[in-house]
This record gives sequence, structure tokens and C-alpha cells, in this order.
Amino acid sequence: MPLAQTPTIVPVVVDDALCIADKGCTVCVDVCPLDVLRIVEGPDGSPVTAHMKYDECWYCMPCEADCPTGAVTVNLPFLLK
Amino acid sequence: MDEILDGTTQIDCDILIIGGGTAGPMAAIKAKRKNPNANVVLLDKANVKRSGAISMGMDGLNNSVIPGYATPEQYTKEITIANDGIVDQKAVYRYAEECYSIIEELDQFGIRFQKDQNGEYDVKKVHHIGTYVLPMPNGDTVKKALYRQLRKARINVVNRYMATRLLTGEGRIAGAICVNTRTAEFLVVRAKAVIMSLGAAGRLGLPSSGYLYGTYENASNSGEGYSMAYHAGAGLANLECFQINPLIKDYNGPACAYVAGPMGGYTSNAQGERFIECDYWSGQMMQEFYDELQGGKGPVYLKLNHLAEETVAEIERVLHIVERPTRGHFHKGRGTDYRKDMIEMHISEIGFCSGHSASGVFVDERARTTIEGLYAAGDMANVPHNYMLGAFTNGAFAGLDAVDFVKDVDFAEFDMAEVDAERTRVLAPTKRDDGVPPNQIEYKTRRFVNDYLQPPKVTAKMELAQRRFEEVRNDMENQMYVRDSHELMRSLEASAIMDCADMAAAASLYRTESRWGLYHNRVEYERDDENWFCHTILTKGDDGKPAHAKKAVDDYIVEVDDDEKDAYNNQRVTKTVAAE
Repeated sequence: MPLAQTPTIVPVVVDDALCIADKGCTVCVDVCPLDVLRIVEGPDGSPVTAHMKYDECWYCMPCEADCPTGAVTVNLPFLLK
Repeated sequence: MDEILDGTTQIDCDILIIGGGTAGPMAAIKAKRKNPNANVVLLDKANVKRSGAISMGMDGLNNSVIPGYATPEQYTKEITIANDGIVDQKAVYRYAEECYSIIEELDQFGIRFQKDQNGEYDVKKVHHIGTYVLPMPNGDTVKKALYRQLRKARINVVNRYMATRLLTGEGRIAGAICVNTRTAEFLVVRAKAVIMSLGAAGRLGLPSSGYLYGTYENASNSGEGYSMAYHAGAGLANLECFQINPLIKDYNGPACAYVAGPMGGYTSNAQGERFIECDYWSGQMMQEFYDELQGGKGPVYLKLNHLAEETVAEIERVLHIVERPTRGHFHKGRGTDYRKDMIEMHISEIGFCSGHSASGVFVDERARTTIEGLYAAGDMANVPHNYMLGAFTNGAFAGLDAVDFVKDVDFAEFDMAEVDAERTRVLAPTKRDDGVPPNQIEYKTRRFVNDYLQPPKVTAKMELAQRRFEEVRNDMENQMYVRDSHELMRSLEASAIMDCADMAAAASLYRTESRWGLYHNRVEYERDDENWFCHTILTKGDDGKPAHAKKAVDDYIVEVDDDEKDAYNNQRVTKTVAAE
């Protein structure tokens, strides 16, 4: 029995132009209490940018507050905004 | 990251502290300072830099006992009355006596508290009787300040490991079994003492938004502390005294009458009228809120739109920076302006939390649980209404006592078969090819919590809840399916949530009276001091199901006069003749 692929709009948005994950930064991934952020890897396995992998957000904001380049924005999850 | 690896490591330490939010770091710092040679490990499911209820900070101390404003006697009496008398005063009194020294220590950490023009602490009145609320203008720096102290004290921090079961042997604590949340590798920690500071069971009820993580509490506080204490055989006290809070509707964060109240804001009905005299959160306050809604005078609002521009701006400054800063985004998205609009509130989902109510693992005034060598502090330990400062102070008590305890003991022997059994339990969802994902198990459990356990409590509904929980538990144990280690963490949380749901139903059925206002409003029963002026203690019975006992309330050390006992029960605003 396969699992469904149900789409969800995620609250945490990363501006790829500002994100410095490619330089090894993982601050937003490190500080998230719910551990919902991950780094997207390129075809060769090198880090590219941060993104929200799991829609399990408490909209608490450490990822936005601690990002050194201001690349992260925390929106309210659609269901409650 | 997130693939499931095989492996088990074992480490030894003197004191293992599980949970690096508020109480945990303070316990670690105090223990290490008292004995710099002690090996102290602070373990967290997340990262201690930003973990726990105060992840983004806190807007104030809600229960500071500051010389010149309040005495330990006054505070102990206030909390005794606010909690309908079911209080072991020794723990509350010790907290009240020593919390001021913790405030001074936090001040030295660089956390600033509001002072008046004379340099005195600027304490505000929010409670019904006394004055205990101290604003923290830079409360957004709490976690950073704590982290600096942890580094300075050279505490061994272990991030991204989730404790799943405690180990016991020789009748005392022996350690804990933990699993890495990103690799599923196991870590067995042998410890001479364990301090549990895992926060509230905040993912118990389902928020009305339907979003699993839109909880009042930090959603990572999913009740593992309660579940682990239960399985280890510790006693849990007064779990039927649920946490239920008055919150901003949908956003589901605090409306913060504690911040706005002293500046002239208040909780009002739809007509803009005050209906409660006191905005301090208590069971009776929540009952009045509920009654106002039932009486057709709702919605209930936080009212600020009568205040001067400067005042509103200051309230916004505090509320939109500290504790839950996305609150500003929320209001902006809805077009709510405090200057013009009242802020719609609602009644939160239920949870366990002694930070606000009194549902927690039973502890004495030294933070000792009923298991030797096992301590609990903060939201999950049953010192009532203890808030952030209680977590710090009781965490300190736990650390100071544990470091003495470990001097005279060696590691307790435990049965390795327990570790093997736990590995099998934890990894079962990874061994299936198909099944129900943890988020669906969790959603269903929590929906039934809302359907059947949200007060007012009805016997037949709670009995139905037990049947439904048993069915979902059966599905959880036989069909839950995960694809990576992140989902495995969620499956373990779902299991803790299920344990808490079972305990919430069982504890509520046991106390056949009403008490604590809405928190334990059992419609078929009146308050019954003759039979129920006591704690209830829930333990794991021989049949693996919750067992119950009554425990007498310790003799008071601060007497409460008969004419004071009802202060919190009489808080509905009555119109004076002149007003009419």
C-alpha cells in the first residue's frame, strides 16, 4: 500500500540568493527545535541551500533570528494564519 | 542525514540531565559548580542553544518573590489558594525563599530585569492577591545567556539524542536509553543520578486549527518525561489538573495579559466589559472564560484599544520580540491593530504542565521523585504554577542535591535485556514495509483527546476515550511505519503522547469530584473536600495499566484562613449599585 504524496505549503521560506549553505553554514538546521530543516545537496553531494523538509513548524523563529545572512523567513502555517 | 543506521554506544556519567531547556541547564551549572570533578551530561532531543519552552525567550518572571514586594509566606499562601489547597507547601515555600537568589544569578548572566527610576525591581501585580510579575525587557537573550554559562562550566552537551526509557536496577536509577534523531543509533547512558527536565506534555490535545504543531507549548515538548517516569515506576501527581490556557485564537500563543494587564489591558467579553477581576491563569479563571462563552457573551477578547498610543507601542514592542515573536506577523496578516481592534481569544487544547497548573511527576522540596536517584524539575515536575523561574530554581535544587547523592553511590546494575527489548520496541516501525505513518497515529490520538477529554469531563465520554485509545495503541504497536530516523523520532513521540492520553483519561476518572475550575470540571460531581482533599498519585500497575492512590496533603507551614480560601473562586466581576 503506497503512501500518498499530498502537497503542503510550508511556512519556512529560504532565499536561495542569500543562503550560504554552500559555504558550509548549517545554523538554521542546527537551531530548529523540531528539526524540520535540511540542506539540499547538488548532484555531487555538495551543499546548495537550506529548505524546509518537514511541515512540522512551531513558528518559533530561531531559524530566522539566528540566520547570519537574513535568508530565512518564518511565515505562519496556512492552517492558522 | 536521516538514514537508519545500526549501532549502540555506551557512555558513563555521574549525572545525566535529560532536557536542555530551562531547568536542565540550571541543574547542570549548579551541579558542576558544587563539584567541578563531577561528570555532568546534558542531553537534548534538539539543540540546547534553542531548545525548550523558552526557545525564543520570555517576557517576564511571573512568580518572583522579591523582598519588599512579597514574602515567601504570602507567595506560598497565594499558590495554595490558587491551586484549591492541594499543595505540599514545603516545595513551594523553599522555591519562594530561594528564587530571589536565582534572579540575582540570572542578572549576573546578563539577563536584565525591569527596574524603576530608583534602581529597584519594577514588580507588577497580576495575581489575585500579591505582587510577583517582573518584566524582562531583554528576555529574548535568555537562551544565549544560558548557553554561555554551559560553555563556561564545561558541561558535556549531547544534542539530537532523544531519551526513550529510563533504566533502573537495585531499586534506584541506573541510566537511560537514547536514540539519535538523525541516525537512529542507540546511546546507553549509565548514570548514578538522572535529572528529568523534559518540559510539558504539550502535544496532547489538538489545537483547533488542526495543525499538529500549532500547540501552546513548544511542540517538541511532547510528554516523553511523563511517559518515561511512568514506565520507570515513578509516581505522577494530580494529572487530572490539566493545563488549559486562554490564548489568541488560531495563533494559539499567549494573549499575554500578564504583560498588558499592568499597563491597563484586560480580558473582556464581546461587549468590551471586564468579567473577571483577575487575569492570572487559574482553573477558576478558565471556568469563568468558559461560562462567558456558554452564556452567549463571547467571543472573549484581550482589550487594549482604550490605551494611549505610547502604551500600545510599548506592549507591542515587548510582545512582538520576546517569547512568541511571530505574533506580530500573525496580527499583520489578519490586519489586527491593537489601537483599534480587540484581540480574539479562545480556550486552548489540554496538556500536562506544572508550570501553569499542577500536573506533574511527583517531587519533594529537593526535586526528588519517588525513585531513588531520579529527579524532576520544571514544567514536568509537580510544583504548582512554577513557570520559568520555578524551572530555574527547582532545576538548581535538583542539581545541588544530585551532586551530593552521587558521591556515595556507584552505578546501579541493570538488566541488559531491558536495552534489547527497548531496541526492538523503538525499531519496530523501521522493520515493516508498509503501514500507518506516525503523524496519522498522533492525529487520531489527539483528536480523541479533544473529543472525549476536553473539560467539562463526562464519565461515559472518558470511558469511550479509553476504548478508542486502546484501538489506536493496537494500531500503533502493530502497524506504525517509518521511512527514516526523523520519522522514527515522531513515532516515539506518538507513543509518548499515547501514554499521556491514557494517563489523562485514567487520572480524570479516578478523582470523582470537581476541582480546579475548568481543569477538572466533572459535571456529575461537586467538589468534595471530605473525600478528595488529597493528591492523587498515578503509577504503572502490575497489569501495565495506570494504578491510582490517594496521598494526603502535607501539613501546611503557612496557614490559610477560612475567609481567604475562596479568593480565587470569587473572581467574577459583580456590578456595583453605582455602576448600574
